[in-house]
Amino acid sequence: KTMTVREALNSAMAEEMDRDDDVFIIGEEVAQYNGAYKVTKGLLDRFGERRVVDTPITEMGFTGLSVGAALKGLKPIVEFMSFNFSMQAIDHVVNSAAKTYYMSGGTQKCQIVFRGPNGAAVGVGAQHSQDYSAWYGSIPGLKVLVPYSAEDARGLLKAAIRDPNPVVFLENELLYGESFEVSEECLSPDFTLPYTSKIEREGTDISIVTYTRNVQFALQAAEILDKQHGVSAEVVNLRSIRPLDVEAIVKTVKKTNHLITVESTFPCFGVGSEIVAQVMESEAFDYLDAPVQRVTGADVPTPYAKELEDFAFPDPDTIIRAVKKVLSIE
Amino acid sequence: DDVVEIVLPETSFEGYMLEVPELTYKTTKTNLLQMYKDMIITRRMEMACDALYKAKKIRGFCHLTVGQEAIAVGIENAITKRDTVITSYRCHSFTYMRGAPVKAVLAELMGRRSGVSYGKGGSMHLYAPNFFGGNGIVGAQVPLGTGLAFAHQYKNEDACAFTLYGDGASNQGQVFESFNMAKLWNLPAVFCCENNKYGMGTAAARSSAMTEYFKRGQYIPGLKVNGMDILAVYQASKFAKDWTVSGNGPIVLEYETYRYGGHSMSDPGTTYRTRDEVQHMRSKNDPIAGLKMHLLELGIASEDEIKAYDKAARKYVDEQVEMADASPPPEAKMSILFEDVYVPGSETPTLRGRVSDDTWDFRKNDFAINN
Repeated sequence: KTMTVREALNSAMAEEMDRDDDVFIIGEEVAQYNGAYKVTKGLLDRFGERRVVDTPITEMGFTGLSVGAALKGLKPIVEFMSFNFSMQAIDHVVNSAAKTYYMSGGTQKCQIVFRGPNGAAVGVGAQHSQDYSAWYGSIPGLKVLVPYSAEDARGLLKAAIRDPNPVVFLENELLYGESFEVSEECLSPDFTLPYTSKIEREGTDISIVTYTRNVQFALQAAEILDKQHGVSAEVVNLRSIRPLDVEAIVKTVKKTNHLITVESTFPCFGVGSEIVAQVMESEAFDYLDAPVQRVTGADVPTPYAKELEDFAFPDPDTIIRAVKKVLSIE
Repeated sequence: DDVVEIVLPETSFEGYMLEVPELTYKTTKTNLLQMYKDMIITRRMEMACDALYKAKKIRGFCHLTVGQEAIAVGIENAITKRDTVITSYRCHSFTYMRGAPVKAVLAELMGRRSGVSYGKGGSMHLYAPNFFGGNGIVGAQVPLGTGLAFAHQYKNEDACAFTLYGDGASNQGQVFESFNMAKLWNLPAVFCCENNKYGMGTAAARSSAMTEYFKRGQYIPGLKVNGMDILAVYQASKFAKDWTVSGNGPIVLEYETYRYGGHSMSDPGTTYRTRDEVQHMRSKNDPIAGLKMHLLELGIASEDEIKAYDKAARKYVDEQVEMADASPPPEAKMSILFEDVYVPGSETPTLRGRVSDDTWDFRKNDFAINN
């Protein structure tokens, strides 16, 4: 059976709302409009206005309100129409949601999911094209998930909704309509995934560690590398930024002795930077036969024109270039 | 024979889009005496904080409410434990009134393990059952409190949320975002502006284009209350709770009050206001002296009895200070440092210390049990 990422997210929320009356969805256009990207389609009809709440355009307000409801014991799913708009509300994600459990000495729980499309879409310009993995990934108290496939989306979102901690759930608009094969197990209402990485393609020569849409590009690059250069690349889909599956990264490096990271963030202080630092500080360093390369977005605000936009983000070609550099292939 | 009739002065209230509460109401002697005892304990507690701070036993920020006692005490006596309360960093009295012992408040301020937040929160981050802090970001507690009201409505509870913020915070955009949602959804929310005339050192008129804070909900009815008179605060808070719980939607209260001390411990509070002004408020409007007059006039207590209550409060707080001070700080060990970042059993596998060798591995250390 196949399922789109959109269907996976939608069914995950519906099932969790069936399971627990304290779970509700709140955000802009989530109810009557069926979601700006139709991820919440049909939920209003099924669960009613009490549990599917359209808000005014007021990110700081409705995010703060949702965190307050979570402190009182409800389990909100907050949809940001785009994670770019979460900047209006980042104080509540970081200061109100992530830190309260610690500041209260473990007396005030905050069970909440912040979800929505993150990262660059196509042709939407600088203010709507940014990946916040590194921003939220740096905050203790948060968990940050980055699903790629329909199975990831279903299993991780269901786990996030059940997680007693605040979870930032970063989706990708360009994956919503993509179909993936899903297992029988994945269709179960009890299906959840742990926050650990997944090897999407086994390989022996180099490890490509990446997440969300870049998994697709990495798999395409791996095919080409295999056919054209006889290189066997292992593709690791992180699925979670925080916790970061350092053990899996160490393991794959020990296996292939070569590593590149691929992400669509700005290059500085990014996910790749953290992975490289973790490798340096672990036993994996001794297994590296060449320096690590990072493939990232370019260090510019996202340009509008297609030619420049394409030139600013990773694609299979840039991944292949980085692999060839690490493996010293001419 | 416990029942007494209170007659408030005409000047106690001013309404906005609503009929002000009755100026005459009945309450009990027991209630009035309780409020007196609560106020003298909260004041003694704050004075203890002042002394402990000056003795360098309290670090960082510390914001006191001396002069503003009528608000925390008046509200708590007017509501039930099922209602919720949230406030800013000026939170010590509310924490005590919501049920935390004085020693646990003071221990938290002194960074001790027996503090309400186990030494993890400090002066601005105190909590108690149905009391949600203690919030350090000015104005951020307002949407949080609106969320508490949302939860009361969602759960169909016969309860409401009191959200306190200062005249300084009232200009934050998120306050107006909260007003909008609360009215739109008819939430049982009581927005309470504690107008103590100064946001840090900025006088209200220098920060707010319109200083009638009870009218700033625009489409939300409001009530200005003499916040230096606990009998007015009590009546207004009861009225506000009844108003919102009976389905009238949110209400904005403005408690006009005054802080005798500076904004925080580093502010003597004398550069932006005159000593005469402070002295005038202290001598003419003090909430404790005001209630004492009523206790005497109503024959609830004699001068001697009041002296005895004052003495007992001082003794009680002194003992609580001693107990707090005798309790140890949290040990600087990883099992304590890394607890409470995540709910036990749902931690990330590791959290990193200052060097990679100090990485704490939750799978190897179940400190939730060993602690």
